[in-house]
Amino acid sequence: MRNLFSARSGILAAGGIIGLVAALLQYAGNPANMGICVACFVRDIAGALGLHQAGVVQYLRPEIPGFVLGSLVAALATGEFRARAGSAPATRFFLGMCAMAGALVFLGCPWRALLRLAGGDGNALFGIAGLIVGVFVGTRFFKAGYSLGRSQTQTWSAGVMVALAALALLGARVLLSPDPAVPTLGWLFASLKGPGAARAPLMISLGAGLLIGVLAQRSRFCTMGALRDLILFRQLHLFSGILAFLLVAFAANLVLGQFKPGFEGQPVAHTNALWNFLGMAASGLAFALAGGCPGRQLILAGEGDGDSAMFAVGMLVSAGLAHTMGWASSPAGLGPNGAAATFVALGFCLLVGFVNLKKA
Amino acid sequence: MADLKIVDARGLSCPQPVLEASDLMDSLGSGRIEVLTDCGASPENVGRAAKAKGWRLVSSAEESGAVRLVLEKP
Repeated sequence: MRNLFSARSGILAAGGIIGLVAALLQYAGNPANMGICVACFVRDIAGALGLHQAGVVQYLRPEIPGFVLGSLVAALATGEFRARAGSAPATRFFLGMCAMAGALVFLGCPWRALLRLAGGDGNALFGIAGLIVGVFVGTRFFKAGYSLGRSQTQTWSAGVMVALAALALLGARVLLSPDPAVPTLGWLFASLKGPGAARAPLMISLGAGLLIGVLAQRSRFCTMGALRDLILFRQLHLFSGILAFLLVAFAANLVLGQFKPGFEGQPVAHTNALWNFLGMAASGLAFALAGGCPGRQLILAGEGDGDSAMFAVGMLVSAGLAHTMGWASSPAGLGPNGAAATFVALGFCLLVGFVNLKKA
Repeated sequence: MADLKIVDARGLSCPQPVLEASDLMDSLGSGRIEVLTDCGASPENVGRAAKAKGWRLVSSAEESGAVRLVLEKP
């Protein structure tokens, strides 16, 4: 079947719609400059499940299971669902951990880096610069023969594990997550203040997540891939998608009164340029070595990729540890162990890069 | 008929299928090659890379869970 989203107009449309949905999610209640953030939302889910006790960032975000299930539906409908795994899953787990550690030092995944810029947060520029450098280093490894090896086809059940988890999370959101509007069992954690308390209504968040899951699966939308393909192949295809994402989010923010330019006092952000840069550099390298930004990893997990599933689980575990061990930044600045976590993440990623070079 | 060069990129994820196909296209300069891939995004990416290098996508056929792309440059 011809994939309409593989054309330039397709990736532009997908990027633009995802950017618009992100800005609208902020308008509907999600945190400022955080309509969508895969790192932040996975961190919020870790908090909701009690994997960390940072009271201001706990909420079972429906967007994340929405991405996975939207991708699953799109992949099934187009015959692209394929259960596969076995390309260094444990390595990918730790790359996922490194990616999350770096993202929480910067305070956002690449999608949020662009959304922060689209909302006027100048600090995002340092993060994006770090992302570019991290991905650039990753491309050097690929040029030198880096590979995590081949995956193998698995039975279909192995390919739906993350989708099952997504369904379980949605069930937990409906039945167990404290909700001021609807009575629930209330077994999970949910912030009463802070970014975790800023949330769009359940059905809007879920609908947006499903839509983005479908669009991202069909278009292969990926921020890391956009930079990688530009650097490695001089290909502008995916890059045009993230440009559309940025420009549409920027335009929507202007219309909705969500554009507030500056460096100081930006929402869920700090002004430490060096660590904004280094955090995202570590993340960018981890994304490149693992073959996708956090959003793309969830989409791949939805279409049956068990290795991306391991990356996603690594992100979840790391998000819990980042808040219990002081790696995560806050608007006040770097966490007490954020610098150490960034250096360990960078060091680990470089090690993974060097030990997986296949040709001389 | 000259030897048909084949890139078997099954099980490899992006960007490796594109890198391997690009390396072969660059080393041959012209001719006919086949690329086998089972990564969802790769057929489109390999097609774009080939076009940028002046190669033509002759055919793209699905077979047992993979896609066989035939690329040609006279």
